[in-house]
Amino acid sequence: MNTQRKSLLLAAGLVLIAVVALFAKRSEVYLLTLTCVYLMATFGLNLTVGYAGQMSLGQAAFFGIGAYIAAIAMKAGVPFLVVVPLAAVACFAVGLALGFPALRVQHHYLAFATLGFNVLVFLIMRNEEKITGGTFGISAIPRPSFFGHELSGAVPFFYFTFISLIVVAALLWWLLRSPWGRAFAALRDNPIRAESLGVNITAYTLLAFAIGAACAGIGGVYYASLVEFIEPGPFHFSTSLLMLLAVIVGGSGRFMGPVVGTVIIILLPEFLRSSNVEWLKFMQKWYLAFFGMAVIALMIWLPGGILSFADRFKAKGAAK
Amino acid sequence: MGDFIQLVFSGTATGAIYALAALGFTLLWQAAGVINFAQGEFVMLPAFGMLFFMAMGAPMWLAFLLTCVLSMLILGYGFKRVIVDPLIKHGVIPLVIATLGVSIAVKAMVRAGYSAEAHPFPSPYPDGQFALAGINISYADVGTLVMAGIIVVVLQSFLNKTVTGRAMQAVAQNSDAARVLGINVKRMVLYVFLINAMLAVVAALLVAPTYLAKFDMGDSIGQKAFFAAIIGGFNQTRGALLGGVLIGILENVVGFYVSPAYKEGVALVLFLAVILFRPEGLLGRSEERKV
Amino acid sequence: MKNIVRTLAATLALAVPLAVSAQGGPIKIYDIVELSGGGATAGTNFDNGVKLAVKEINANGGILGRKIDLQSLDTQTNPGVAKALSQKAVDDGAYVVMGPVFSGSINVSMAETKKAEVTNFTGGEAANITQQGNPYIFRTSFTQSTAMPKLVRYIKDTLKAKSVAIIYGNNDFGKGGRDVMVKALEAQGIKVAADISTDPGQVDFSGAVLKAKQSNADALFVYTNEEESARALRELKKQGYDKPIVGETTLTGQKVIELAGDAANGVIAHVGLTVDAPQPAIRAFDDKFQKEYKYKSDHNGMKGYSAMYVVKALTERNGKVDSKLLAKSLHGAKISAKDSPGVLLDVTFDDNGDLDRESFLVKVVNGKQVVTETLPPASAK
Repeated sequence: MNTQRKSLLLAAGLVLIAVVALFAKRSEVYLLTLTCVYLMATFGLNLTVGYAGQMSLGQAAFFGIGAYIAAIAMKAGVPFLVVVPLAAVACFAVGLALGFPALRVQHHYLAFATLGFNVLVFLIMRNEEKITGGTFGISAIPRPSFFGHELSGAVPFFYFTFISLIVVAALLWWLLRSPWGRAFAALRDNPIRAESLGVNITAYTLLAFAIGAACAGIGGVYYASLVEFIEPGPFHFSTSLLMLLAVIVGGSGRFMGPVVGTVIIILLPEFLRSSNVEWLKFMQKWYLAFFGMAVIALMIWLPGGILSFADRFKAKGAAK
Repeated sequence: MGDFIQLVFSGTATGAIYALAALGFTLLWQAAGVINFAQGEFVMLPAFGMLFFMAMGAPMWLAFLLTCVLSMLILGYGFKRVIVDPLIKHGVIPLVIATLGVSIAVKAMVRAGYSAEAHPFPSPYPDGQFALAGINISYADVGTLVMAGIIVVVLQSFLNKTVTGRAMQAVAQNSDAARVLGINVKRMVLYVFLINAMLAVVAALLVAPTYLAKFDMGDSIGQKAFFAAIIGGFNQTRGALLGGVLIGILENVVGFYVSPAYKEGVALVLFLAVILFRPEGLLGRSEERKV
Repeated sequence: MKNIVRTLAATLALAVPLAVSAQGGPIKIYDIVELSGGGATAGTNFDNGVKLAVKEINANGGILGRKIDLQSLDTQTNPGVAKALSQKAVDDGAYVVMGPVFSGSINVSMAETKKAEVTNFTGGEAANITQQGNPYIFRTSFTQSTAMPKLVRYIKDTLKAKSVAIIYGNNDFGKGGRDVMVKALEAQGIKVAADISTDPGQVDFSGAVLKAKQSNADALFVYTNEEESARALRELKKQGYDKPIVGETTLTGQKVIELAGDAANGVIAHVGLTVDAPQPAIRAFDDKFQKEYKYKSDHNGMKGYSAMYVVKALTERNGKVDSKLLAKSLHGAKISAKDSPGVLLDVTFDDNGDLDRESFLVKVVNGKQVVTETLPPASAK
C-alpha cells in the first residue's frame, strides 16, 4: 500500500468518523470524545516509549495536571485556548524537571521516577483540598466558548476535540519527520551509535519525555472540559499503566499504534458493557481477565504490538 | 515516649511483612532479571487460597502448607515456565509488560470468578495486647515479627551457608561466570522463583487479617514491596529488609505525628529521594552504567 | 489496517441497539451502582434489594400492568463512570434511575438525571445531596442532618458523655457526616476531644486508634465506609479500647459485623434501617432476601428494595408512567407500610427529596444486630 493510498484511506476514515458522530447517541459521542482525549495522551506517550525508548509510568499524572490546571483556570474565567498552551507548557516544564535528575543517573530510573511522581501527584490531588477540592474534586467545569457560544452539546464538542486531536497528531508527525525526529529514531535503534555520531542521548530523551508530558497535559485539559468534573481517581497510577499498555499493545514506535491500543482499552470495554447480547454481557465481567491474558500472549508472540503483525507480511527489511 | 516506642514496634511488624514481599521481589530481579509487577497479586492469591482450604475445613496450619505447595507450583514453577522463560529473550520491557498483564488478568479473574468484596481472614495470632515496661504490645505484632524473623534468618543462612544457597548468590551476581563454574543456572533460578512464591504466602498469612482478603489487596502491598526494594537497594537482599522495615516505621511515626493524610507519601518520598540522590539504594552497591 | 480498526470501532459503537420504549412495553429501570471498588459491598446489596423487589413486582403483574426491565450497571465506585452510565441510562429512556449509593458518585451523576428530568433514587447519605436544588433526587435513607442529632441525643442522655472523639473517613460521606456531627455535638454542649481523619481504603488504623485513646474522650464516634469501619473496629479491639463506640448505620452493618468479627460486639449505632427490626414487614423482607440470596441483607439491601416499592406505589397513584410527574408527586408524599408492605416502614418525602421515618438504636450482641430502641420520625414530635 503506497503512501498516497494510505493517506486517502486515512482521510476517508476520519471523514467517516466525523459523519458517524452525527447519527450516534449522546453517550456514544461522549465515548468517542473520551477516546480522542485519551489519544492525545497516548500519542505523547508513544513518543517517549516508542520513539525514545523510555518507559514512562506517569503519563496519567501529567494528564491530571493538565486537567486540574484547566479546571481551576477555566472556572476563574481563563479562555480555553489560553489554558491549552498553559497546560502544555506547564507539563513540559515539569517533565523536564522530573526527567533531568532521573536521566543523569541511569536511564531506567526514569521509569521509577515517573512511577513515584504519579503516586505523589495523586496524593497531592487528594489531600490539598483548598486547591484541588480533594476527594470531592472540582465540578461544574465549563466547556470552551467561542464568540459567546458554549460548546455544551455533545457533537460540537466532539468535533472540536477531534480536530484538536488531528492537529496534535499532525504536529507530532511533523516532528518525527524533522531532523529531530530522525535523531529520536537513531536513539531508539542504536543508542551507542547515535552517541558516537554526536547525538546527545540524554538531551533528546529528555526532550521526548517532556513533549510526551505536554501532550498528556493537553489531553487533560480536554478531559476536564468533557467530563465537566474531575477528581483524583482517573489520574491514579493504574491509569498510567493502562496508557502504557495501550501504546505497547498497539505497537510502540508505530505512529498509529496508540490508536489501536486506546480503542481497545476505552471503546471495547464500553461496547461490551452496553451490549445486550448474553455472551457479551458475560464478557463484561471477564473483559479484564481476557485482556490481561491477551497482553501476556501478545508479549510472547508479538512483542512489537498489534501493528507489528503487518510486518510479518512485509519483505525482509527494516521494520521500523 | 511510650507512644513513640509503640508506633516504632508496630511499624516494625508491618514493615517486616513488606520486607518479605520486597525480599522475594529483589531475589527475582537479581537472579532472573525479572521486575515482577504482579508481586502484589502473588500475595493476594495465596490469601484466597488459604481461605478456600479453611472453608473446606482445614485448620489454618494445614491450609497454609497446602497453599505454600500450590503457590510454589503455580506462582513459582508455572510462572517461570509459562511466562518468564519464553519472554526473557525479548528483553526486559516485554517481560515487565507481561507481568503487568498477569497482574490485571489475575485480579480480574478473582473479582469476576469469585467475589469483588472484602472477606475476613482469621489472624494466626490471638487478639489483645500485653504491657511491657509501660508500653502496649499486641500479640499479633510480636507474632509477626517472630515469624518474619525466623523466615529471614533461615533464608539468609540458606543463602550464605549452604552450597545451593551460595550457588544461587553466584547466579545473582554473574550468571555467565556461574555457568562457567559448572553451576546449574536454570535450576538455581527455579529455586529463586519457588522461594519468592513461598515468601509471598507467608506475607499473605501475616497481612490478610488486617488488609482483609480482597481482589485488589495486592495493589498496595506490591507497591510498597517495590518501593522497599528500591529504597533498600535493588541489588542487595538485606536492602529489601531494611527498606521494608524503614517504610513500616516511618509510616506509623509520620502518620501519627505529622499528618495521617500523607502517610502513604512517606514511602514515596523516601523512594524519590533514593532514586534521585542514591539510586543504588541505602545498602546497595553502585551499578555500572549500562548503555 | 489501522483505518479498518478505527472504522470498525465506530461502526460497533453505532451498532449498540437503540432504546425501544414503546407504549405498553416494559418499563425501563436502571440500577447504577458500585459493584466493584471501595463501594462494592454497599452497591451489591442495594442492587440485590432492587432485584428482589423487581422480581416480586413482576411476578405480581408489574406496575400498571407493565413489567419492569431492570438493568444493573457497575460504576466501579468511580464518579466519572457513574456520570457516563447515568447519561447512558437517560439516553436509553429510563423511567427511574436507582443509585449510585456512594455520595461521591451520586453528587456527580445526578446532574445527568436532573438534565433529563428523570427521577433518581440514591442510597447516599451525605447532607449536601439534597441541598443543591435538584427536584429529581430522592433518598432511600436518612440524610446525615436528620440522623446525627438523634444519635447525639443518645450520647448525651444515655451515655452521659461530656466529650467525644471522632474518627471519620475523608470523602463526601465521611466528611459530610463529621461536619454534621460536630455541629450537633456542639449544639448540645459536648466537646469534640479529637477529630481524626482517615483515608478511604486505609488499612492501618493503629495511629488513628492511638490518637483516639490519647484524647481520653468519654466516647468514640466512628464514621467511615464498610471495610474501613471493620478495620478500625479490629484495631480498637487489638489496642484494648474500652470506652463506648458509637456510629451510624454503616458501623453496625452486616458486612462490617462479618469482617470485624468479635471486634464488632458492643458497638452501638443509630440505624435508619436494619433487617433485625421487629416490624413484620421487615421480618418478611429478611426471610425473602435470605431465601433468594442465601445471606442476610444489610441496610443497603433494604434501601434498594423499599425504594423500588415507593416507585410502584407512587406510579400507581399517578396512574401514568411519567418520570417528571413521579418526581413532582413524590414531594410531600406519604406512603404507609400497611398499604405497601414493600416500603417496609411508613415514609414521607419532603420537597428536598429527604425522607422521614422511624429509626432504631442498635447494639451488636454476639455478632447480631439487636434493636434496643425505636425512635419516632422527626416530624412526629
